[in-house]
Amino acid sequence: MKIKQISVFLENKKGRLLEATEALAKADINIRALSIADTSEFGILRLIVQDPDKAKEVLEKNDFTVRVSDVIAVQVVDSPGGLASILKILNDNDINVEYIYAFIQKSGQKAVVVLKMEDLEKGIKALNEKGVILLTSQDILQL
Amino acid sequence: MFWQEEIEVISREELQRIQLYSLQETIRRLYYNVPFYNQKFRDVNLKPDDIKSLEDIQRLPFTTRDDLRENYPYGLLAVPREKIVRLHTSSGTTGKPKAIFFTKKDIDQSAELIARCLIMTGVKSDDILQNMMTYGLFTGALVMHYGAEKVGILVIPAGPGNTERQIALMQDFGSTCLHLTPSYALYLAEVMDSKGIVPQRDLSLRRAYLGAEPYSEETRIKLENMLGIDIYNSYGLSEMNGPGVAFECKYKDGMHIWEDNFLIEVLDPDTDEPVPEGQEGEIVLTTLKREGMPLLRYRTKDIAKIIPDTCRCGRTHKRISRIFGRVDDMFIVRGVNIFPQQIERVLMGIKGVAQNYQIHLEAYDKMTVKVEIEQDFFDGNIEKLLALKSRITEKLKSEILVTPQVELLEPGTLPISEGKAQRVIDNRNL
Repeated sequence: MKIKQISVFLENKKGRLLEATEALAKADINIRALSIADTSEFGILRLIVQDPDKAKEVLEKNDFTVRVSDVIAVQVVDSPGGLASILKILNDNDINVEYIYAFIQKSGQKAVVVLKMEDLEKGIKALNEKGVILLTSQDILQL
Repeated sequence: MFWQEEIEVISREELQRIQLYSLQETIRRLYYNVPFYNQKFRDVNLKPDDIKSLEDIQRLPFTTRDDLRENYPYGLLAVPREKIVRLHTSSGTTGKPKAIFFTKKDIDQSAELIARCLIMTGVKSDDILQNMMTYGLFTGALVMHYGAEKVGILVIPAGPGNTERQIALMQDFGSTCLHLTPSYALYLAEVMDSKGIVPQRDLSLRRAYLGAEPYSEETRIKLENMLGIDIYNSYGLSEMNGPGVAFECKYKDGMHIWEDNFLIEVLDPDTDEPVPEGQEGEIVLTTLKREGMPLLRYRTKDIAKIIPDTCRCGRTHKRISRIFGRVDDMFIVRGVNIFPQQIERVLMGIKGVAQNYQIHLEAYDKMTVKVEIEQDFFDGNIEKLLALKSRITEKLKSEILVTPQVELLEPGTLPISEGKAQRVIDNRNL
């Protein structure tokens, strides 16, 4: 199950991240998970939100450069070795992970991580075969 | 197609005969009517009759921008003030502007040259020219306007700016030709794209004339593809009437300079000696037909070269290359001479780079090239952006021999320009 992630290109300019989050706040869009990849001159803000299409629209209206892409979200046991077990499956199948970041969750029993792989389909297949549960966009709404 | 065929395809010998006659006549008028030139001749002990061949022009004094400024406002008139019917000024970024005067005959002559240019690019009576240069003291719009009217086509005096209205004019009246600056053309194409206007489908455009600032061949190709039209280079400067000094024919391989009106020299800007034909140097122009304010050996500060071969179109007037840069635009970083056009040429050839860029120079020769990325290029992948950055850095390095800092910007961040763009921001306080 793929879910939609919003990527925003941020140039190295004061207040740019603030402007992006403020635009989302004004549109009443709640951020579920977030990560920032950054270099010395620019960064990429990645977001999981409940309504990605609306978020894209809002950000573009505010002159941001936005792309919606697919990632997967996996529930892992919130105990030592939880994430490692997932990564091992991918490693055994020679699947390269591009980046990974975690969800904020209220209940605290399970952790949710977002994964981006070079070959998403292959990753989904490998995880499914090992019985790993992938979250749907419906699940994201519940979080 | 020709506007004045007999003069456009005239033999070189005949052309040179006319040039010498016009030069001698111009010199006599300057010697007797303009105290400034009279003094210059006396300084080098020269009389009008001493000029017996075209080569003798090298004995004549130069005219510089400073000469124009120092003789502001009326000092360089070669006719009584009453015979002048129009004033133009040339944008002076510092200090006094330069005043350029036209008699009735001068206006008519500059319009004739524009008419030659337009017909040369295939303009026919059903064409409609949307003139997007600035009307007013600047020569760009008015001189083109009069020339287009002389040809007899419909002219829309739109002026620059208000891009949505510009597009509406194109839609409503079916404009086929545009006259504008390259930086505004890039912006216009961008706005059309963002509004979902496909020029090939929604508009009637056939060609555009780009002038008033130097730009690269890559930019021309990019714009031709974006707008689905032919783009012709136009060269002119206010001191020489404005547009129409040199213009491209349909082969788009250099600009024919109207040699019956302008005597061209290409000089080494450091030694003032002529460079061999085909080599780059500073363009120096002498007016041959101008009545109100003739200028001798005017230092244009524009760097270009003469294309030695004759053109397939049949015109015998020599062609000059696109303007490589202005002597004044050139900047020096770590001892290397760099023109903004070199940087532009590299950037416009790289996929993923949008139209706008800026060059920032800071203390200790730190050079930063700020580049907007193309909206569609961004796909969330950081490796792709880093690869673009290093590709730009590498290509710039091999062109200008200096490794710049490259900064990727969000599309639409840099100030847009509806006139001449400011590409170089020099904060070095040299």
